[in-house]
Amino acid sequence: MQTWLIITIIISVVVLFIIFLYNGLIRLKNQVKNSFAQIDVQLKRRNDLIPNLVNSVKGYMKHEKSVLENITKARASIMNASSVEGKAKASSELTNTLKSLFAVAENYPQLKANENFLQLQEEITGTENKIAYARQHYNDMVMLFNTKIQKFPNNLIANTLGFKDEKSFEATDSERKNVTVEF
Amino acid sequence: MRVSFNEVRNNKLKSYLLIFFFILIIGMLGGLIGLIYNNIYVGLILSIVAGLIYTLLVFNTGDKMILSMSGAKLVTKKEYPHLYHVIEGLTIAAGLKNTPKAYVIEDTALNAFATGKDPEHSSIAVTTGLLKKLNREELEGVIAHEMSHIKNYDIRFMMLTTILIGIVTLLSDFLLRSFLWGGMGRRDNENNNMTLVLVVVGLVLAILTPLIGQMIRLAISRKREFMADASAVTLTRYPKGLANALRKIKDDPDPLVDHANKATAHLFISVPFRKKQTIMNKLFSTHPPIDERIKILEEM
Repeated sequence: MQTWLIITIIISVVVLFIIFLYNGLIRLKNQVKNSFAQIDVQLKRRNDLIPNLVNSVKGYMKHEKSVLENITKARASIMNASSVEGKAKASSELTNTLKSLFAVAENYPQLKANENFLQLQEEITGTENKIAYARQHYNDMVMLFNTKIQKFPNNLIANTLGFKDEKSFEATDSERKNVTVEF
Repeated sequence: MRVSFNEVRNNKLKSYLLIFFFILIIGMLGGLIGLIYNNIYVGLILSIVAGLIYTLLVFNTGDKMILSMSGAKLVTKKEYPHLYHVIEGLTIAAGLKNTPKAYVIEDTALNAFATGKDPEHSSIAVTTGLLKKLNREELEGVIAHEMSHIKNYDIRFMMLTTILIGIVTLLSDFLLRSFLWGGMGRRDNENNNMTLVLVVVGLVLAILTPLIGQMIRLAISRKREFMADASAVTLTRYPKGLANALRKIKDDPDPLVDHANKATAHLFISVPFRKKQTIMNKLFSTHPPIDERIKILEEM
């Protein structure tokens, strides 16, 4: 009689533990998903702004064809990327090309006096910052989630329940290098 | 950013405690008035009901009261794209659902504050001086500081403090004065009444002073500013931005915000008055010394 009681208690404790763990993991996983959606929204916003930017600079920057081409290329590769790493890589490439565009723009006083260009520059800088913040938040959530499923004894159960490590939105090597800006 | 849940719980608890003290004080004042008119219960009940209604009103519209008291105006994204972008970016960094509304105070002083009942209903107000003199990194530091106040429910507690303590001091001041004046007038007529008035005044003083003191002690937490500075850095990951902003604020020759008063002072990121370092100021200062804050940020 006593042994049965003990076994029942142990089993219910284990079952309760699994239920709480599962629900906690689901909640975290949804937060990870939601914070990735945040990055996506901003990436899209930036992509929408770029044609306008290219149009407004084209007239002034006759000698910077390659910069503009790089931007258009990077923009396209974001749209085609589907994996987290692919998006992260394409995004940081676009960030870098935009940086060099704005650096080059310093050489064109007429462009810097153009109201439309300044507005777009502010809009894009704002979006760039939002991408960085969204990425930071996403990576924080991913770390939280990964730590939770890797911890003992969670790791024994999380794997069986089908939870896998999420990928963080990593800066690629090219982004980690300091961007050389020439004036 | 991971705000410790302790901070949030603390602020919610303190808010309820403050409301409790407020209702208690209002009830006592009502009871005393009732006592004078020989009907203590009517006074008690009426005042508590009025106090509860007022609290509910303050809870839901206190932020609007504070914003209009401070001369802050709601601005559109078109007018201040720069400010909007910074606020939106930090909302994302903090993982909040709703973007706080942006308000601007027409003032050359460098200052900012946040208010609201919870992160879903919040506002950030900055002075035009701040927008003009800070660069993007510095503005991000200041907004991140305000975002931390929003995320850990400092705003709710600070909003209630501002208005409830304000109204209690006002009321008790008014009542005390009217009792005293009333006492003077009736001196010759009725000796009996005179003693009653004196007793009442004594009672009011004896009961209210420690209670108001307690409320103010709850409200003054210099730790709050340090905490907000620290969590601002977890948002921007760039302590120098806020440090530089604070240094510019410190070096500003005219820190006076025209519409700020004693009641709203503790909301701002830095004391909105001219600096007078008296002992009283230091003891009851709502903000830690700005030099100390800069030092801590620079050591991060």
